[in-house]
Amino acid sequence: MIWLTWRQFRAQAITAAAALAVLAIVLLVTGIGLAHAYNDAGLPGCHGGGCAGAASLFIDEAKANIYHLVFYAGVFLVYAAPALIGVFWGAPLITREIEAGTFRLAWNQSVTRRRWLAVKLGLIGLAAIATSGLLSLMVGWWSSPIYAAAQQAAGSNSLSISRLDPPMFGAQGIVPMGYAAFAFALGVTLGALIRRTVPAMAATLAVFAGVQLAWADVIRQHLIAPVRSLTPLNVSAINELSITSNQTMTVVAAAKVKSTAWVLSNQTLTSAGKPFTGPPTNACISGTTQQCNAWLASKHLQQLVSYQPASRFWEFQWYETAIFLAVGLALAALCSWLIRSKRIA
Amino acid sequence: MTAGSAAPEGRPPGTPPAAAPGELPRRTPPALDARGLGKRYGRRWALADCTLTIPAGHVVGLVGPNGAGKTTLLNLATGMLEPTTGTVEVLGGAPASGADQLAKVGYVAQDTPVYAGLTVAEHLRLGAELNPGWDDELARGRIERLGLDQKLKAAKLSGGQRAQLALTLAIAKRPELLILDEPIARLDPLARREFLQLLMEATAEQELTVLMSSHLIADLERTCDYLIVLVAGRVVLAGQVDDLLASHHLLTGPRRDPATLPADQQVITASHVGRQSSLLVRTDKPVHDPAWTVANVDIEDLVLAYLSRAASA
Amino acid sequence: MAAALEADGLGKQYGRKWALADCTLTVPAGRVTGLVGPNGAGKTTLLNLATGMLAPTTGSIRVLGGVPGSGPAQLRKVGFVAQDTPTYAALSIADHLHFGAAANPGWDAGIASARIRALRLDPAQKAAKLSGGQRAQLALTMAIAKQPELLILDEPVASLDPLARREFLQALAETVAEQELSVVLSSHLVADIERVCDYLIVLVASRVRIAGEVTELLASHHLLTGPRSEEDSLPGDWEIIQASHVGRQTSLLVRAAGPVKKPGWAVDKVSLEDLVLGYMSQAAGGTTAGLLTGAAR
Repeated sequence: MIWLTWRQFRAQAITAAAALAVLAIVLLVTGIGLAHAYNDAGLPGCHGGGCAGAASLFIDEAKANIYHLVFYAGVFLVYAAPALIGVFWGAPLITREIEAGTFRLAWNQSVTRRRWLAVKLGLIGLAAIATSGLLSLMVGWWSSPIYAAAQQAAGSNSLSISRLDPPMFGAQGIVPMGYAAFAFALGVTLGALIRRTVPAMAATLAVFAGVQLAWADVIRQHLIAPVRSLTPLNVSAINELSITSNQTMTVVAAAKVKSTAWVLSNQTLTSAGKPFTGPPTNACISGTTQQCNAWLASKHLQQLVSYQPASRFWEFQWYETAIFLAVGLALAALCSWLIRSKRIA
Repeated sequence: MTAGSAAPEGRPPGTPPAAAPGELPRRTPPALDARGLGKRYGRRWALADCTLTIPAGHVVGLVGPNGAGKTTLLNLATGMLEPTTGTVEVLGGAPASGADQLAKVGYVAQDTPVYAGLTVAEHLRLGAELNPGWDDELARGRIERLGLDQKLKAAKLSGGQRAQLALTLAIAKRPELLILDEPIARLDPLARREFLQLLMEATAEQELTVLMSSHLIADLERTCDYLIVLVAGRVVLAGQVDDLLASHHLLTGPRRDPATLPADQQVITASHVGRQSSLLVRTDKPVHDPAWTVANVDIEDLVLAYLSRAASA
Repeated sequence: MAAALEADGLGKQYGRKWALADCTLTVPAGRVTGLVGPNGAGKTTLLNLATGMLAPTTGSIRVLGGVPGSGPAQLRKVGFVAQDTPTYAALSIADHLHFGAAANPGWDAGIASARIRALRLDPAQKAAKLSGGQRAQLALTMAIAKQPELLILDEPVASLDPLARREFLQALAETVAEQELSVVLSSHLVADIERVCDYLIVLVASRVRIAGEVTELLASHHLLTGPRSEEDSLPGDWEIIQASHVGRQTSLLVRAAGPVKKPGWAVDKVSLEDLVLGYMSQAAGGTTAGLLTGAAR
């Protein structure tokens, strides 16, 4: 069974390995340049205020260079790899057998369907996890100077690249492996349900992308209760003030958290703890900024910031990876049930 | 083949093996035992209320019109489908219930599926990897005799060659029951003759029961000793070929209403031309009525009679 | 009278593979010709070339004296029922007949509707709901009602059940009896060919192994059984198609113009199937030892 799995998976495995090899060369060549630039900026082992400026400079320089493109391409690829695995490895696994009728050959050898599927899911699933893990490792190595510089630049407020922010988080660490396991099992399951290759591939892509978006936007932030910080509003830090025609006033001040934190919400409250909505006085409608600030200061407003500190990065990584792996396993079990209950054929 | 179910050499097909002294006599389970078996797709019954026992040791022909439920029955017997109603047991076990059961049954599906991207040699490797009872010598011998290039991908094989490859996989697995769904329709006359010859050799050499559906009655006549006619999801005729031929007669004589025949003579088909009637009747007793000219039937007459009776009903 | 079909050095290449190579054959007009041969012999390719569905890579083919598919006049002379008897699933039987009437100037609506009635088919029924046999009958009806001079059928009965096959062949035989029509029919089922055809062509690997009137072929071939003997010890006017030696006995399929007589040898009539198998295994060469004894049984 292992031989057959390998024989049928060989072409895809070779394609994936070749793609990884090409990518490794690109990342190696540009990554060495980036690491040099980081060294040249004197950033390794640098702490304190002086570094922030140099780090900002380094990041600005990287942004103006090819590194900018490679960075985002890397992020994109780490996200794309699980989707591609689900679409090209997962979805056709069963549909191809159904469409060619070969399941009737395979399932009439002296190997139960359950084992047939278990070996295929196990081996190709491991390959999926390995591929995504390797990709994440490579891209992670490449972009480590950028994240390090962002950490060092923290406080200068000139930029904020948080490793926890939704677009970046899923492209680092171990979560891509969880995504890959999930996407692969999802593809196989949808294939078993839909039974036709192309619709199963399309459905896999749609469902996986939907889950990714919903997860990053809605679900992830609830995995761990966010930190809530309630502080008196610093009127001099106000960077957003608006008054609508129906006399509703919105005031937002800069959050007093590290720029590497993932800020979930930033609200201004009244001294009684209710959201501050005005109404504005003339000091703010027609007066100067000073007059308005003075009036706001007299109101003793409070600032409520809800955020996930950067230190929780690995905690999130482990939780999320575990959840996606578990869902992947559950899908594998569902799949095993689907084909054992003879709904195919 | 598991040792426990291997029958002693040389016994005539269908006879149970003699029990050793002091041992309880062991009944050979039937090759297939269906009770009230039915399969529904949506609102259509592909197979309905099928009760059928096929004794082991026969070469069984399964005939019927397109859409009669032959493929459904075979797919149920191999566990590729789950019955909607009733039960089916194959060699005493539930179809595809485990590795042991799978090892006992070889199946060549209708479109003789093989992996287009795998070579002939890789198919043999597949068979060897996936079947503990694999007879590699048998498999390679067959492929050699067929003159198939082992390095050729299955996609490049002709329809007949693909069928031969699929059959080789099923036979070299050394099953106790070989199920073939329309294996010969796509073969050219030569390949068909070879295929049937091989089938007969295989049944003679190993204790093998064969259940084979086909539209080609002439071929079934040459190979089968047991016949099942399936029409519209129901078994209309089943039995040993010799018994069936002995119990059916073609009667010709002066025109006569079939209703006036003795009660033990069941009229299958009747045709009246001018003043003459021809009837195909089934009876266990000899026909003595001097008004009739009694002729024997062959399998083709028999099958076509049952099919056209069902078609006109 | 022009031949129904005349191919000269005809070849068709797909990629690097020749589906038909250097094929030269003549199908006489006014006959029901059976075309038989192994899978991959090029039968379907030949018939597709004859209908202009394919263009030849090399050589030439003329059908009823014209170039296949060359124009309306040529198209109208040839009826074709392709393998798997294609019909439009979403169209009803009546729609198919309308389509046939609109697309064929020689269309005989009387024949078409009479056949559909005789088959007890409901004209309002969609082709998707027809059984395989009914679909084949519909395709045949379309080809017949066009009133062609040549009807080409590519394995029309391969997937039909015994009853449907018998009815299809009966319909074909009736049509041939009623209309002045040449037919070319390819099939793997020699018994069926024997039932409807009066001319036979055995095609192996693009080559015509034998062609002729069925009755003449059966009269000029003999199955001989006698003491084991080598081929050079046999009379020179015996053309040995197939020989097999089992034990001390030799079985031969022999073609001879005159009567065959030799002491010690038993002469049997040959069936069309044995004849076809003999020529096919002669081409296959060696891999079919013992076949003759199987056939003779």
